[in-house]
Amino acid sequence: MTALHEAPPAQQKPDEAAPVRKNRFRRDRSLLLMVIPALVLLIVFNYVPMFGTATAFQRYSIYAGFWHSPWVGLETFRQLFSDSLFWSALGNTLLLSLVQLVFYFPIPIALALLLHSIMSSKVRTIVQSVVYLPHFFSWVLAVTIFQQMLGGAGALNQFLREHDLGTFDVMTNPDTFALLVTSQVIWKEAGWGIIVFLAALAAIDTQLYEAAAADGAGRWRRLWHITLPGIRGVIVLMLVLRLGNVLTVGFEQMLIQRGAVGRDAAEVLDTYAYFYGVVNANFSLGAAASLFKGVLSLLFLLAANKIAHLLGEDGLYRR
Amino acid sequence: MTVVTPLADPNRRNRNRPNWEEPPTAAGQTGKGVVLLVVVAVVAIPLWMVVLTSLSTQSAVNEAGGMVLVPDGITFAAYRQIFTNQLVMHSLAVSLGITIVGTLVSMVVTILCAYGLSRHNSWAHRPILLLLVATMFFSGGIIPTFLVVSALGGYDSYWSMILPTAVSVFNILVVRAFFSNTAQDLIDAAAIDGAGEWRTLWSVVLPTSRAVTAVVALFYAVGYWNTFFNALLFLPDNQKWPLQMVIYTYTLQGNAMPGSGQNTTGQYFGTQEITPLAIQMAVVTLTLIPILLVYPFVQRHFTKGVLIGAIKG
Repeated sequence: MTALHEAPPAQQKPDEAAPVRKNRFRRDRSLLLMVIPALVLLIVFNYVPMFGTATAFQRYSIYAGFWHSPWVGLETFRQLFSDSLFWSALGNTLLLSLVQLVFYFPIPIALALLLHSIMSSKVRTIVQSVVYLPHFFSWVLAVTIFQQMLGGAGALNQFLREHDLGTFDVMTNPDTFALLVTSQVIWKEAGWGIIVFLAALAAIDTQLYEAAAADGAGRWRRLWHITLPGIRGVIVLMLVLRLGNVLTVGFEQMLIQRGAVGRDAAEVLDTYAYFYGVVNANFSLGAAASLFKGVLSLLFLLAANKIAHLLGEDGLYRR
Repeated sequence: MTVVTPLADPNRRNRNRPNWEEPPTAAGQTGKGVVLLVVVAVVAIPLWMVVLTSLSTQSAVNEAGGMVLVPDGITFAAYRQIFTNQLVMHSLAVSLGITIVGTLVSMVVTILCAYGLSRHNSWAHRPILLLLVATMFFSGGIIPTFLVVSALGGYDSYWSMILPTAVSVFNILVVRAFFSNTAQDLIDAAAIDGAGEWRTLWSVVLPTSRAVTAVVALFYAVGYWNTFFNALLFLPDNQKWPLQMVIYTYTLQGNAMPGSGQNTTGQYFGTQEITPLAIQMAVVTLTLIPILLVYPFVQRHFTKGVLIGAIKG
């Protein structure tokens, strides 16, 4: 039993005074042992695939495998960039992201401000428990619920039909797909999104409000001069993360609805990679699309972070 | 000069409201109330309609023309139907199995890793942490992951539902932040008493971290319960499907469910006291129930700053 244990603290003290590498390793070996399972899983299922992205530079064949497939340099990328479906997928991704940025992003902030201003903790708790809930549903469930509410046979069209107002199937209309997707994201995630902002609001010193009120600032001036500056850092951080993910729009959400809406509106980079790569077994092309997305996302993240720094905020990391 | 005490002020309806704040306007209060009511209704009404439709008789569903909003004839027939449906019951068992085994695996791996990295001066904890965090920003993408899991024999096998997603670095960071913040003096005391790391983790750190372990276990469990894409990728056989795949195929895509009294062309046969819609909604309700059961017990911990501490730390 004692074999795995570190040396008793009495003997540990001199080690810390003179941190010899080998002794620290010996002292911490049970801690290191604990890290191993997670590390092994991450290496096998994250790092190995990361290097497996190299298939983007091969003509991968499932029979030859990774080690025997021929290397073709940038040919896969030439193929990718000359595919009009790829550009349409990129366009859709950017459009959906932009619509979500404009219509989704402010909602959790507004909701958090509203909830923060409610004095009754009972009301706050009830509202919070209800709006957090959809975050825990799967996209299959969320889209099913949307279909039953807004779909061709859903509750909305039942109502319209009963009152002879004509029908409108939101679920299969490519023209309104961006708005549909955004409203689904709002329904599922806006409630959960307020947690971060509520915490930021709670951290603002109430003495600031009291001093401002004593100086004659009304509730709107306090909101503008104290509350919003107080949560500016968190807003910028969330914006940086969102911009870094600008090429990621709910993969499962798209995958599930791509059939009903059609790929002209619902194909995004991730579904493109999946359908080319796995369904059509063109693995190299799918990997190339993913690699393109990964590199571009990283550039977006770094650029967004740079802008945050220029605005005087910390962003993702300190300068 | 009179000092207005909180209780003496007739305008003060709420004792939480500080003295310096102006009393709320009627219009403002009404506006807030209406907005909150709408927000709650937008979430709650669809859920109510799903559950109610699953419990409605055929005449109630026909009367409503589909989804039911007002109760009008309640029956458990849809549930009797799905509880005798081999496909649904099997997928329920698969989902429960994946969720239970997966959550156990994830929690063991996460707690061990979080504790192993929680000491600020331990050997090599910085490079290891960097290795972990890097996976949050770079990933191999769908294709290489699919090829690796398939090469390891994960195709058509249950472990591919668990191991590739068993580690969430975000969750490790949440637990690690909690471990390294709260228990330092307790850990020192345990070390003085001669307890090793394993013993310290088991009998000192874990009992003081119930809130964070409960929240993280819920995150993992929900993730496994909602497993959909991995099943689509790796499980070709509907005899191995989890519930989400069954809902996707038979409710969302509207394919006829084997054993639901519907034949392959979508025609119904036999005497039906319930509609297929009620059956579909019963399956949807089935996936809601575990979330609704566990949620109230864990929900109060969300706001304890468990998550925020990690995001900021």
